[in-house]
Amino acid sequence: MRKFLMVLMMLFLAATVLVACGGEEEAGSDTDTSGSEDTSGEDTGGEEEAASGDEKLYIPIISKGFQHQFWQAVKAGAEQAAAEFDVEITFEGPETEAQVDKQMEMLTAALDKNPDAIGFAALDSQAATPLLQQADGDGIPIIAFDSGVDSDIPVTTAATDNKAAAALAADKMAELIGEEGKVALIVHDQTSRTGIDRETGFVEQIEANYPNIEIVDVQYGAGDHLKSTDLAKAILAAHPDLKGFFGANEGSAIGVVNAVKELGKDGEIVVIGYDSGMQQIEAVRSGVMAGAITQNPIGIGYETVKAAVDAINGKEVPASIDTGFMWYDNTNIDDEDIQAVLYE
Amino acid sequence: MNPELDNTEAVKKKIRLPIRSGALQQVLAFASLIVLILFFSLASPNFFQFSNIVGILLSTSVIGILALGVTFVIITGGIDLSVGTAMTLCSVMTGVFITFWGFPTPLGVVLGILFGAFAGFLSGLAVAKMKIPPFIATLAVMMIAKGLALVISGTKPIYFSDTPEFSQIALGTIIPGLAIPNAVWIFLIMAIFGYIVLSKTVIGRYTFALGSNEEATRLSGVNVNRWKIIIYSIAGLFTGVAGVLMASRLNSAQPALGLGYELEAIAAVVIGGTSLSGGKGTMIGTVIGALIMSVLTNGLRILSVPQEWQTVVVGIVIILAVYADILRRQKA
Repeated sequence: MRKFLMVLMMLFLAATVLVACGGEEEAGSDTDTSGSEDTSGEDTGGEEEAASGDEKLYIPIISKGFQHQFWQAVKAGAEQAAAEFDVEITFEGPETEAQVDKQMEMLTAALDKNPDAIGFAALDSQAATPLLQQADGDGIPIIAFDSGVDSDIPVTTAATDNKAAAALAADKMAELIGEEGKVALIVHDQTSRTGIDRETGFVEQIEANYPNIEIVDVQYGAGDHLKSTDLAKAILAAHPDLKGFFGANEGSAIGVVNAVKELGKDGEIVVIGYDSGMQQIEAVRSGVMAGAITQNPIGIGYETVKAAVDAINGKEVPASIDTGFMWYDNTNIDDEDIQAVLYE
Repeated sequence: MNPELDNTEAVKKKIRLPIRSGALQQVLAFASLIVLILFFSLASPNFFQFSNIVGILLSTSVIGILALGVTFVIITGGIDLSVGTAMTLCSVMTGVFITFWGFPTPLGVVLGILFGAFAGFLSGLAVAKMKIPPFIATLAVMMIAKGLALVISGTKPIYFSDTPEFSQIALGTIIPGLAIPNAVWIFLIMAIFGYIVLSKTVIGRYTFALGSNEEATRLSGVNVNRWKIIIYSIAGLFTGVAGVLMASRLNSAQPALGLGYELEAIAAVVIGGTSLSGGKGTMIGTVIGALIMSVLTNGLRILSVPQEWQTVVVGIVIILAVYADILRRQKA
């Protein structure tokens, strides 16, 4: 009996590994289509060089996460730059944006490997200061990305100006609802830099410029699609006369879209989203979502690695790199410059 | 002695005797649910609206079905921490079957549900055969499931864009003209199914027997290990249904979600009067417990209570529910 069970366990493990490989293939083919053929060619060239014994620059990148499509796009950009400049990168991040401790472990481990530079998106810049000082003492350049680090150690910061981006969302919202009425927000959390910046950016812009717009509620859904859906439905129930809804990241925005669809209020409520992803792109195309702000995640990853290479080579690097943001809606979603920064 | 007093004492006894102690907890839980609903209805005119009530039922369905499954395990005196991420893994597997491998939707759904039973079966094996304490065994399965969900999906959501009928599982309406999504009916059916299995079948009887006194059950000739594995597999079946439902409602399998759902499910079970030390519990209690949780969160949201306070309130309710249970047992 026991042997039989062991065999069963082994079979299960084997089966999951097989399935896993299948899944990876699928993922692999997806990235192939998004990346140009040139890059993949260079990629293999680079690997051959490494095999022949050339010492490549090693740049570990510590991100805020890896599961969300946004981080996968940042990673794609970083890999693109790594292929272009022929450097070796690793890309990792904690499971949730609350795991400051896990991120510190990752940063410590990265420092132990004597890297040539480090790309770092701090979850909590205070917590990271001692490690950053250590890196600075060892002469390892730090490139901050996505959100700033409150210290002068990083050589540069490659990030979106989230406050300005959310203010643009507020302007679009005001325009679309005729500068009066009730609006609400679903934000991913009230502690992270991006959460705070997007909320204050939107709220301040409304308060300063649109006296007839009332922000009736701001709730936090942890970027969880299902929780954000239920949150948005409760807000819609509490304020049946709501005119506009802003979802401050991908999960929040999808939650708002789901809620509006489930309640059959498509077209009645102006929904504005943030970032992209397949479902959000579909919502914009179908008109459920009026439009969304997109950052340039691929650009963030690319600029981070590029700045790292420049810093290692002693080149001048600007103190901050604005990777930019754009508004997209039904009318411009197929434009080349928009398509270049959207991810599915 | 005052004869009148005597009389009321006797009446009290008469009333109390037929009501089993578990039932009293249920009555308490049900009364709290009614009080909550009344309170929120008075506090906001927007609470007791048809669409909001349906919204509450819909948001209860996923956690509620998870909680129904966990009820079995908790009554045996065990615990299942894996249901949240195992649910996610079932969503992802359903996505693999339907979107990647192109299986017909009904087949993919059935396989997705069976995959949940399989995950439960493995937890049961670890608990029954390998003698790993349920807390640790299911904690390990929780991690394995979380990791596998990410690996198998390639850390990307799997969409069901080519199979529009899939989203109808949760959001379609089976009764024309009545705007109650199927997810609510599925929750109801699973609750009835859970009730029948727990109260009317031999599986249910052994579930209680294991939780009351495992050693005595074993000595009376029951194959304890086999029944444990069966019970964990049934719990897994509920996880599978929840996984399919979640994927259907989001029209995508989101590999990063699910962590933390197991604790909400366990909280619902406990509020419903099921004892964490095993041997006591009901399905109706769990349904009420899950409803209390979602009525509470929905109501607080409608009143625009800041979110940080919402969590505090839910925590206090859990303490009160379990304390009421302990008080009752001391009296008994």
